[in-house]
Amino acid sequence: MNPRTCLDASVAYNRVSPSHASAGLCRLICPKGNREQMSSQTTQRRENARTTAAGVIDQPSTETLLDDDRETLLKMFHQMLLIRRFEEKCAESYSMGKIGGFCHLYIGQEAVGVGSISALRTDDYVITSYREHGQAIAKGISPEAVMAELYGKATGCSRGKGGSMHLFDASVNFMGGHAIVGGQIPLATGLAFAAKYKQTDQVTVCYFGEAAVNQGAFHESLNMAQLWKLPCIYLCENNMYGMGTSLQRAMSMDEVATKACAYEVAAEFVDGMDVMAMRRATQRAVERARKQSLPTLIEARTYRYMGHSMSDPGKYRTRAEIEKYQERDPIKLFRAKLEENDLLTEDDVKQFEEQVREQVERSVKFADDSPYPQPEELTTDIYANPLN
Amino acid sequence: MAVTTMRDALNDALREELARDQNVFLMGEEVAEYQGAYKVTRGLLEEFGAKRVIDSPITELGFAGLGVGAAMAGLRPIIEFMTFNFSILATDQIINSAAKMLYMSGGQFKIPIVFRGPGGSAYQVSSQHSQAIESWYAYFPGLKVVMPSTPADAKGLLKSAIRDDDPVIFIEQERMYGMKGEVPEDEDFTIPLGVADIKREGTDVTIVARSLLVPTALKAAEELEKEGINCEVIDPRTIRPLDIETIVESVKKTNRVVVAEESHPFCGVGAEISAEIHERAFDYLDAPVKRLSGADVPMPYAKNLEQLAIPDVPQLIAAVKEVTYS
Repeated sequence: MNPRTCLDASVAYNRVSPSHASAGLCRLICPKGNREQMSSQTTQRRENARTTAAGVIDQPSTETLLDDDRETLLKMFHQMLLIRRFEEKCAESYSMGKIGGFCHLYIGQEAVGVGSISALRTDDYVITSYREHGQAIAKGISPEAVMAELYGKATGCSRGKGGSMHLFDASVNFMGGHAIVGGQIPLATGLAFAAKYKQTDQVTVCYFGEAAVNQGAFHESLNMAQLWKLPCIYLCENNMYGMGTSLQRAMSMDEVATKACAYEVAAEFVDGMDVMAMRRATQRAVERARKQSLPTLIEARTYRYMGHSMSDPGKYRTRAEIEKYQERDPIKLFRAKLEENDLLTEDDVKQFEEQVREQVERSVKFADDSPYPQPEELTTDIYANPLN
Repeated sequence: MAVTTMRDALNDALREELARDQNVFLMGEEVAEYQGAYKVTRGLLEEFGAKRVIDSPITELGFAGLGVGAAMAGLRPIIEFMTFNFSILATDQIINSAAKMLYMSGGQFKIPIVFRGPGGSAYQVSSQHSQAIESWYAYFPGLKVVMPSTPADAKGLLKSAIRDDDPVIFIEQERMYGMKGEVPEDEDFTIPLGVADIKREGTDVTIVARSLLVPTALKAAEELEKEGINCEVIDPRTIRPLDIETIVESVKKTNRVVVAEESHPFCGVGAEISAEIHERAFDYLDAPVKRLSGADVPMPYAKNLEQLAIPDVPQLIAAVKEVTYS
């Protein structure tokens, strides 16, 4: 094969020209504000953004209109409910000793995973951290395979070798839960690099918490992604606490999205309790990635109701604070919005609850009934090409 | 056969494998326009273009992780570290991502990637730029670790490493890039990973040496020959997986062994080889296994101190005489 046939200037990873770069400006909203009030003041913040930042790219959150078909919307509602009940069951199973090790629950953050993944194709890549049960289910791994993995069973999506923090499924391009804070961010950059290299038009979404933003891996990745124009969406789930340390105690500034300015990466803040806002923001980022091969940083403001992991007594925050955020519970908000628009009735909700209850029960039964990995599995999958 | 340098043999391997497989790409600091800090990648940008030969920012953790992610998506990255000293910044991605991905995904995601570059001692660049860290990487299941000692081995092993479906740490000795040797010109010439090479046959004592210490061992063997001591020199070439069988067979024949290395002794590869020999061939030993390692100190700058830190021919001769009681 003539190696020169692969020469193609249009896909070379060249830096944008200086003139292009300056014309692009820093396409970011960089409002200042009190993050305590953020979740109820998203619209206000966006108005501020319009007057304070050049080249604002995002849309006001009032744009979260229900203009998708009912089937899509109800599927999202169903997924959020399924993830909520699944995670509640995980907590129960963990207490019973059925799930071992670390177990990080997603309760409270469902809108982020469901809304963003609803904007993706099946062949798009999703890669994430150790708080990934919800995203795994949203991307298409069956609750049975997830629960079996948590139970350490051979039928788990990682055949019992990964556990809660390492769910994988190549068939839906779920590229793993990764358990070193920020470790998945360079990997995501590589997935996006490969998509561009192979000209597949696949988009990569990479989830991480706000604490991961303090790792060098985040900054190294954003730099490369914009430098080489990679179709990657960096989606920060800002739940305000890195384990037991609040964002204010760990970060010199209180906004994550603003950091994108440093790399000329497009960015936006999103109300992470609003599943439609997540869907819209991700759709915009997907379009930027798919059509222009450009990265985006999305900061989703969200909140986890449970501890960092199951062993977290949660003494770093008050009950009142948790209850305040639960007033804007993502499932409650979405349900109200659907009901307002006559897309959902109380009977529908009952039906969904029943359906989800059955799904979760089925996943537990499947996990319970499944065999543990065979002892010889201990030494398989270490090398793809074993030598001796 | 053509006589070429280690540098050019590596360059040939890269060129041939880039030409052979469109999924192979090369990324690292100064690999493209500058032609490589040590000129190993000379001419590759011109031949394969900026899509496949990519200058990276100085961002080791980032581009090592990018490579692992690209490998998950089916590419076959060659990630160059300007030196392995800088790979220390990337160890999270090498160890926690590359080495473990296949296992923790239950066999779903293989990582066909080569991390390569110079390692070991260099000339008077002091502590941070002159060190051998192969034992770090060899420690982890999931990684393969290769250290060639001749141009032919370098070419054949690098080609195998690039074609391998697992992450391979490929350490080129920084002082040996100019070393010349005969190299087969056949584009299909490869050397399998995990197979040791008997660099010199002998009967009285086995010297196990790798990388920089192989030429040292061969010189020492020549000197010792004059004194009637017949040395066998074995180069494992691949540290993991280690061809311990070839070493053990040799020890069963010679009954005496010196393990020579430039790396630190403590928890080193020499310690592992020594332990394996004791477990597998204790009854054949006529003397305790002798290790000759680099000094257990950070590398000094001063030329005279630096020389003291790296095993040389006289030290190796003394070590052989110790185990042969001569």
